[in-house]
Amino acid sequence: MDPARSDAALVEDLIAGRPGAFEEFVELYWPKLFQYSYLMCGQREDAEEVTQETLLKVFEKLDQLREPERFKAWVFRIARNACYMKRRKSVFAPVQELSLDELMPVTQEDGDQRRLEIADWSSLPEDIALQSELRERLEAAIQSLPEIYRAVLILRDIEGLSTQETAEVLDITEDAVKTRLHRARLAVRSYLDEYLRTAGART
Amino acid sequence: MKLERCQDVFALLSQYLDHELPADLCDQIEAHIADCPPCVAFLESLRKTVELCRKLQAGGVPAAARDEHRRALQEAYQRFLREHGGCSDSSNS
Repeated sequence: MDPARSDAALVEDLIAGRPGAFEEFVELYWPKLFQYSYLMCGQREDAEEVTQETLLKVFEKLDQLREPERFKAWVFRIARNACYMKRRKSVFAPVQELSLDELMPVTQEDGDQRRLEIADWSSLPEDIALQSELRERLEAAIQSLPEIYRAVLILRDIEGLSTQETAEVLDITEDAVKTRLHRARLAVRSYLDEYLRTAGART
Repeated sequence: MKLERCQDVFALLSQYLDHELPADLCDQIEAHIADCPPCVAFLESLRKTVELCRKLQAGGVPAAARDEHRRALQEAYQRFLREHGGCSDSSNS
């Protein structure tokens, strides 16, 4: 698989029925959609179903795709709707806002010096795949975010969508994407900071 | 807009990391953090948070489940090609 190949080229091959396009598409999108759905829904079984439903719908509606260069956003929009269906019981849950003030660290003036209470982040391993505890903590941190923030963080930082694509998937403005992303990152940062302090205290 | 306090800088750091700020604000942030260890530490922790999220991508995916579902997907794809004129059934053309 050529990582530099664009989604637009892939979808063109898929529509034309070129050999290998189906396999390439499933290899690429199954893991992406599973990860997204798992972090959104919180259950592996639900994530598996959402992933499969999304891909089936992609093939069902592929003839309606008007702009192949926006394929990724189009697919994630389908996945977003499938997640909403799966989580319909909580659709009426009130929207929770994250307050910027509460997420920002407090600096203290100490004479001429400014100080900040912060864990030692240099102790974090470079490769998260090798550190299952950290991975679990990070997933828990993301899953604990209120939904409107979680959705933005997953699409931008995990799935690598642009600000514009994320706005399109979620039907919000690009400014709203930026605001929510910053709060989501601050909340995850704060969660990990707490974890690193207690982990540091244990060792 | 003038960035005078650490809190002003903290508020813009995601956009700074994403290269989404106008040049004058970037310059102001860089001038501030050059002389502010707390902001450097905070920026690094935020940068690391984003990096870790990016590395989370596509891990822990159940390959068995994907293979199990592949057949239904293949059928859906073949149906699409039959109905919308792909060229995979080239024997017909």
